[in-house]
Amino acid sequence: MKIRFLAAGATVAAAALALSACSPGAEPAPTPTDADKPYAGTVLQYWATNQGSSLDNDVEILQPELDKFEELTGIKVELEVIPWSDMTNNTLAAAVSGQGPDVVNIGNTNATTLNTTGAFLPFAGEDLAAIGGAEKFYESAWETTGPAGVDPTSIPLYSQVYGLFYNLALFEEAGLEPPTTWEELLAAAEELTDADAGTWGIVAPAGTVNVAMHIQYIFANQAGGSPFTADGEPDFVTDENVEGVRQYLDLMATQKVMNPSNAQYTDGGQATADFAGGKIGMYMAQTGNVNALRANGMEPTEYGVVPVPAPRGSDQVGSFIAGTNISIFEFSKNKEAALEFVKFMTSPEESEILNKAYGTLPPVRDVPATAFEAYPELMDMWTEILADYAIPMAQVPTVSAYQANVGGGVVGLFGNAATGSTITDDDIRAMLTEAQQKMATG
Amino acid sequence: MHESRSFRAFRWIVLVPLILFTTVPLYVMVTSSIKPLGDVQGTFSWIPREITIQPFIDIWTTVPLGLYFWNTVVVATTATACSVIIAIFASYALSRYSFRGRGGFAGVVLSTQMFPGVLFLLPLFIIFVNIDRALGFTFLYQTHLGLIVTYLTFTLPFSIWMLASYMDGIPRELDEAARVDGTTAMGALFRVVLPAARPGIIAVAVYSFMSAWGEILFASQMTNSATRTLSIGLQAYSTEVNVYWNQVMAASLVVSVPIVVGFLILQRYLVAGLTAGAVK
Amino acid sequence: MSNTTLENSATAMMPRRRSGSGGKRRFTWGKATPYLLIIPAILFELLIHVVPMVVGVWMSFIQLTQFYITNWLEAPFIGFDNFKVALDFTNPLGQQLAESFGLTFAFTVLTVGVSWLFGMSASIVLHRSFRGRGLLRTLFLIPYAIPAYAGIITWKFIFQRDTGLLNEFLVNVLHVTGDAPFWLIGDNAFWSLVIVAVWQQWPFAFLMIMAGMQSIPEELFEAAAIDGANDWQQIRYVTLGLMKPVNAVLLLLLFLWTFREFNTPFVLFGARPPDSANLLVVTIYQSSFIQWNFGLGAAMSVLLMLFLILVAALWALWNRRVRRDA
Repeated sequence: MKIRFLAAGATVAAAALALSACSPGAEPAPTPTDADKPYAGTVLQYWATNQGSSLDNDVEILQPELDKFEELTGIKVELEVIPWSDMTNNTLAAAVSGQGPDVVNIGNTNATTLNTTGAFLPFAGEDLAAIGGAEKFYESAWETTGPAGVDPTSIPLYSQVYGLFYNLALFEEAGLEPPTTWEELLAAAEELTDADAGTWGIVAPAGTVNVAMHIQYIFANQAGGSPFTADGEPDFVTDENVEGVRQYLDLMATQKVMNPSNAQYTDGGQATADFAGGKIGMYMAQTGNVNALRANGMEPTEYGVVPVPAPRGSDQVGSFIAGTNISIFEFSKNKEAALEFVKFMTSPEESEILNKAYGTLPPVRDVPATAFEAYPELMDMWTEILADYAIPMAQVPTVSAYQANVGGGVVGLFGNAATGSTITDDDIRAMLTEAQQKMATG
Repeated sequence: MHESRSFRAFRWIVLVPLILFTTVPLYVMVTSSIKPLGDVQGTFSWIPREITIQPFIDIWTTVPLGLYFWNTVVVATTATACSVIIAIFASYALSRYSFRGRGGFAGVVLSTQMFPGVLFLLPLFIIFVNIDRALGFTFLYQTHLGLIVTYLTFTLPFSIWMLASYMDGIPRELDEAARVDGTTAMGALFRVVLPAARPGIIAVAVYSFMSAWGEILFASQMTNSATRTLSIGLQAYSTEVNVYWNQVMAASLVVSVPIVVGFLILQRYLVAGLTAGAVK
Repeated sequence: MSNTTLENSATAMMPRRRSGSGGKRRFTWGKATPYLLIIPAILFELLIHVVPMVVGVWMSFIQLTQFYITNWLEAPFIGFDNFKVALDFTNPLGQQLAESFGLTFAFTVLTVGVSWLFGMSASIVLHRSFRGRGLLRTLFLIPYAIPAYAGIITWKFIFQRDTGLLNEFLVNVLHVTGDAPFWLIGDNAFWSLVIVAVWQQWPFAFLMIMAGMQSIPEELFEAAAIDGANDWQQIRYVTLGLMKPVNAVLLLLLFLWTFREFNTPFVLFGARPPDSANLLVVTIYQSSFIQWNFGLGAAMSVLLMLFLILVAALWALWNRRVRRDA
């Protein structure tokens, strides 16, 4: 009896092993047939990031464009949509092994780090001209592709910026105007905060490491400083960087306009859900949040957006330029076809279609942000922030270390503030010193 | 079989808290799966304010849950079958024989339990990719086979170790009785030891299956959209736009139902082995 | 464990084989059998565990950062430099590693201890058949069936300060305290972590112990009862006594696994856990892999492995002594 069972098990195992061994592999086969379509017949593999409301949603949005591309050029593109949780690992594995797709999306904060790996094709000279040149893009967006003087290895695809979302109903009821300076923001927040009623002036995912890094970066730049020197070396223990932390932390620690429970929010979605609940006055969030709020039941008619204000007399920095870039792997055997594809994806026509579908901002010059065409004020505001108020993230290879060490440090301080400790400037300095020391080990 | 009063009291002292401890989170899961998204993270209420079964419908489209489910079933079943078969032989040897290198083997098996998984990832990935390159086609990378082989490495050490311990508990007299009757070592294994070790085999099979079922780290690397498994698939409900908590809960409940049914059925086999009476 | 089989084999098998029928052929086949049995297992182990582990250890001796990822064979050999950084307790990184180590040890001992206790108690109590036993056993195994991610997220909801079930219960129903405490940040976070880990782990311990307990022949209990042992003495001498081999291995393996726990703190607390719950593998991950410093991460992993080897060696010594006494 047992033998029969084991034999059955062995057969199942063998069959399954045999079946699973037959998996298709993509082989490139460039056979130019048409003068107009010099790369017809080539097959490209493309790893797209999850930009839409689901992996299927991304396929729905991208597939028609890929079909369009195939018709135009004869190049077939095989699409894989990778969830964000896996993207870094998968890209890393491909870079290490030399086996992977031809084209891949990357989060643009990683652009400089990935640039230094040598795994990606630099866009210079002919290759840069092949995709349309740097002038095709907004200068601010182009600066996200890498440090000055270094050939970029990624091209901007979808852009996002931070804006200050404010609840129209709450503001109207209290007779408040959208703030133009940080002081006005604090005044409005204090006016709206009523801890017993559960209404708070501002919400933020205070337990989220990458948002903490983003905000610290923006506020430090408002104060006129930066976490990195001109040479790209970390220099965290400066007054401006302390101010960058202080301004964010004080919302919970000093002005008490942020619910201490926000220190538990380890992803932006929790803050979004709160804001959509209607009892929060303001929320600093990225462009894509418009779609997220809608999924939580809040329409753009219920809120307004203004640039994140700066303290009176400080630099008018409202955001850094977030978003997604597109890169070509150096080991790709179909570089020319891949360049064609990148050119297509960043063409004005495609840029408008894709950014509209995803609710993001086109980095290509003079392409309207039609995602928001139903709300012209919103559309103008986002474009204005991107053009006038946004600066690129520091283009240094140690950005991820900065995020983990400083971003993580800020989250730790929020945890302390939430559980009742007072945070002094010395505490902030100590945290930044520690973060800097950890950078040296990297 | 008379139970003392103190023992009966002990039974209640143990069971009631454990039942509560187990069921309260399950209750939260079930109620979260039938709430609209906004309510899931809202203020807690014992009875949901609004009930909707929409999440149970959406889970199949937000993420290709059916495909992931199938992939996971294939990978987990195969890995378990192979693991159990190999482990039976290896643990029999470990339990019944002494041979040179057995200490070394035990040491190797144990050492594999000490390395953090993250560190395995990169080297294993490189190995798979190079094997594929040498063979000339995609044999291991992002296939079912690659994942099955990976999972075997997790489940084999424990399976062998635990099964050997269970077998240690089966008196050697049983083997000897069978051998005296003229059967070979293999015969003794199949006819006598295995039936007696059935609870152990079941336990080890369940462990192998569940390890493969829920593994996250390697599945994220070794699969593509066609071969992706459930554990990764569940994370895909966390999209760029939103995290669909209610769907995460709904999907988790749905995929757990067959497992729970399986447990219910396996109850019957987790009974006293046939050691009793055999020696006499 | 190896000792028992050594003793048993020496006394039981060897004389038997020599006196058994069959000549040289039988003897050769008998000798080859163990090797044949083990070979498939060894092959797999070599390919998929040993080789990557060796590569992993080698990674700890080179400067494998983002700059060398694509041509990792050219990464400079820096000897023990990575280890020096990891063990430098004047640097915050080294300090954090040391703190993490202590916390993880405490966490592991607590989680494994409580899980085992629950598993053993439930097994004992559900040992004898009664109506509903099957259902209860299945109920207790459900957390094991649920995908870990979903289970941990559920507890995250329960522990939320403002909207979670626990505070709702403590503050509004039991009125234990007026000010809702934090469970996901601050000092309580450690206990939250233990609770979630136990919730996930004890069903597994229960399963393994249950299976082991079923192999105990009923006659032994009857014999003990006849000898005058009450329920408690039966448990102590028959159950626990015969379960020693299974328990010993189970406890060791649970310790090794729990010490390397990553998912539970990562899903519960995000990328930056609170100081009270900063487990070792998360710290390793955050201070190295996330920052693309794989050489450093490999070095810290090797240190982790060395500690666990020490634990296993101590366990083997203890186990050997226990067996000698038994």
